[in-house]
Amino acid sequence: MSWIDVADLNDIPLPGARVVKTHFGDIGLFRTGEAQVFATSNACTQDGGPLSEGIVHGTRVACPIDNSVFDLETGALLGTGEGHLQTYPVRLDGTRVLLERESVLARGAA
Amino acid sequence: MGKKKLVVVGAGMASGRALEHLFEAEPGEWDVTLFNGEPRGNYNRIMLSPVLSGEKTYEDIVIHDDAWYAEHDVTCRFGEKVVAIDRDAKTVTGEKGDVAYDKLLIATGSNPFIIPMPGHDLDGVIAYRDLEDTNRMIDEAAKPGAKAVVIGGGLLGLEAAAGLQLRGMDVTVVHLMGHLMERQLDEAAGYLLRKELVGRGINVLVSTNSKQILGEDGKVRALELENGTELPCDLLVMAVGIRPNTALATEAGLACGRGIHVDDAMVTSDPNILSVGECIEHNGAIFGLVAPLYDQAKVVAQTLIGEEAAFAQKELSTKLKVTGCNLFSAGDFAEGEGREDIVFRDPARGQYKRLVIEDNKVIGAVLYGDTADGNWFFGLIKDGTDISEMRETLIFGPAYQGGAAVDPLSAVAALPDDAEICGCNGVCKGTIVKAIGDGATDIPALRATTKASASCGTCTGLVEQLLEVTLGDSYAAPTAQPMCGCCDHTHEDVRRLIKAKGLKSQAAVWQELGWKTVNGCPTCRPAVNYYLLADWPLEYQDDPQSRFVNERRHANIQKDGTFSVVPRMWGGMTTPDELRAIADAADKYNVPTVHVTGGQRIDLLGVKGEDLPNIWADLNAAGMVSGHAYSKGLRTVKTCVGKDHCRFGTQDSTGLGIKLEKKLWGSWTPHKVKLAVSGCPRNCAEATCKDIGVVCVDSGYQIGVAGAAGMDVKETERLADVATEEEAIELATAFMQLYRENAQYLDRPYKWVAKVGLDWVKERVVDDLEERKRLNEAFELSQSVYRKDPWAEHTDKPEEFAPVADLTQIAAE
Repeated sequence: MSWIDVADLNDIPLPGARVVKTHFGDIGLFRTGEAQVFATSNACTQDGGPLSEGIVHGTRVACPIDNSVFDLETGALLGTGEGHLQTYPVRLDGTRVLLERESVLARGAA
Repeated sequence: MGKKKLVVVGAGMASGRALEHLFEAEPGEWDVTLFNGEPRGNYNRIMLSPVLSGEKTYEDIVIHDDAWYAEHDVTCRFGEKVVAIDRDAKTVTGEKGDVAYDKLLIATGSNPFIIPMPGHDLDGVIAYRDLEDTNRMIDEAAKPGAKAVVIGGGLLGLEAAAGLQLRGMDVTVVHLMGHLMERQLDEAAGYLLRKELVGRGINVLVSTNSKQILGEDGKVRALELENGTELPCDLLVMAVGIRPNTALATEAGLACGRGIHVDDAMVTSDPNILSVGECIEHNGAIFGLVAPLYDQAKVVAQTLIGEEAAFAQKELSTKLKVTGCNLFSAGDFAEGEGREDIVFRDPARGQYKRLVIEDNKVIGAVLYGDTADGNWFFGLIKDGTDISEMRETLIFGPAYQGGAAVDPLSAVAALPDDAEICGCNGVCKGTIVKAIGDGATDIPALRATTKASASCGTCTGLVEQLLEVTLGDSYAAPTAQPMCGCCDHTHEDVRRLIKAKGLKSQAAVWQELGWKTVNGCPTCRPAVNYYLLADWPLEYQDDPQSRFVNERRHANIQKDGTFSVVPRMWGGMTTPDELRAIADAADKYNVPTVHVTGGQRIDLLGVKGEDLPNIWADLNAAGMVSGHAYSKGLRTVKTCVGKDHCRFGTQDSTGLGIKLEKKLWGSWTPHKVKLAVSGCPRNCAEATCKDIGVVCVDSGYQIGVAGAAGMDVKETERLADVATEEEAIELATAFMQLYRENAQYLDRPYKWVAKVGLDWVKERVVDDLEERKRLNEAFELSQSVYRKDPWAEHTDKPEEFAPVADLTQIAAE
């Protein structure tokens, strides 16, 4: 797998999130621990709310618009309702945050 | 055949153990020469702490004495440094001459890392590594009134600090990270450790950067922190980490990375040279704990005698006693993908346990206080035991499978007798418990005998818990709604316990009040953040990550993800220049919608998140500040034009409105607060449905509070009539502060007043002049921190509002 460097760990608040822009929409980078980052599609499956603006708690995030809670690791919507966020492989190299190249670039090229 | 010649460089614990194994396997077959930089042989470095604290002497911690070396025919060249290795000739050159080897074992250990900040070479700046350092500390501590600063809040630093403190020194620990021992402990355990150390009189500064070491006549005088503070000291101990000592190996041309590269047999890139201990790098890892070093030592001995052996890195657990505090950590306890936490806190006993679960297996554990179950948890980690069957009771350890549940009363039980339970009537726990013992066994009886919970009633939950704790099962408490699933306390109880126990950080609240989650949830964390900043304006720092988006972004998020921007218009007044600047900003940032709000100001809707800092900068430049249209805080003070223009006006309603807004803006409150001032009873500013509404009359000002015009519509209730503007402002401020100090998060004032009663409010805000004064002073103190424009603080950091990366600029391969 080849990786693409997108951020420094210290640029992401703890606990909190930042956004990576891609050809197919925003990806949220969620920092849930000193050296733990998840990447998922940034739009809430229920109302499109920007999840990177939600409150990150444990390894979950609550949508800032409708409070839908997602498990950042699996992308699953918790509680009632159906929905699944796209998740993306993340790797940490020291304090650098890397996303898997194919998964974040491929669709834009197509 | 002669003896095989082994030269060992470094007489530490790893090489010492290797020699023991070697002599046991092949007694009398090896001719060993042992070099050591220190003028002594192998001693137990881990036990330097008890030597420092005076519990042990150097003699107690010697592992190999002269007799042992003599018995095994070891040629000791202690105090002699090795200068070079000649790999072709297979000789080692010491300061006093060469020695030939068949096999060479490099065990040079590690060097303490000294931060190269100005002053690091002053006399009195030392590491904590060997007996010399330890003796130096003991000598310094013997001087009366001596002060020490320890840089580094890891294990070594804390042991140094504790030892020095036991020897009577005034000690301050300066730690860069947010909590102590962050490699071994999570934040909650770090908090408990810090509390323990502070309780023993050691000063602990976390999240603190050092700038330079100041000296006088070549000797250390003080440490200067990045914020300019000077910490005077006679001794400065740097305990910030160690680095493998690879100098000799590098010089000899051996492959080195962070450490000396070795294979599984502990052989370096030269087949005749082995290496062991803190100086090596194996599969990318370096080592600092003694257990893997001893495993390596065994492999070294086996390789030397020609046996096949391989060193394998194992799951590690750390069981530590830092100055009497029991700590245990094992496995991987970072939060991680697919991981869940089980958290148990017992505030009464200062205990904390956290298990990290992945795929129904325990993969990490952190224990503080009671570490008795550590080995059991470690066993579960090593064996990869499936824990799904015992998950519910897992955290209570092996003895409690299927047993006890968490006791929600422990926080109350842990309160000291003099902890104030009822703030209104100044009743402390001891008084209540005594009254219960004397026969007041329900709330009405307690109210009658002690007045506890007899006024505002917000402490009723706590008093009920005291009844439960004191009477046990014979008291059936009415059930109160806890704040959220993370804890067993109501909002009122949490507020009161934060005050009673002096909790000044989120970590303190989570621990002391027995939170069941790592860092709360979107329901409790914003509330706790508010309670902490309201009660401790100077000590607690607002945490933006615990705020809802609008308060974090200082703008209201709209359903399409854009934001709205509302500049403040003091008392609803504006000027042509301000309007022009607003119009220019609307044009410049393509604002699609401009709306006049009900609070007499202008709302720019549809601003992109990344444009926020720029539009704020433009509005700031025109003299405008944030209108806080997004905050649980003061929103607007609506006014009518008053007697300057209106023929009915009785007072300067706009002037009073502006004064009130300038006094109250920026303050955080449990929910939003809206004010209005009307110039006459015709009430054009609609003051009688506001949280605080002033209606001007000929004789002065009628102050109403607790109105509503939202989901509920309710007329204000009259707080008081006053004659002067000053008094009107004083009463409004006191009401605001009383609300800030007592209300539940997200209760508007009308809901809160309905709970405590207007009479209770009047007593404090109107009748009791001393309390009114205190409330005004407390409000001003808080405003010294919060009366400022949040926009201005963010205009120079536009990058925080932009995407952290833009991959649309990169072509796919």
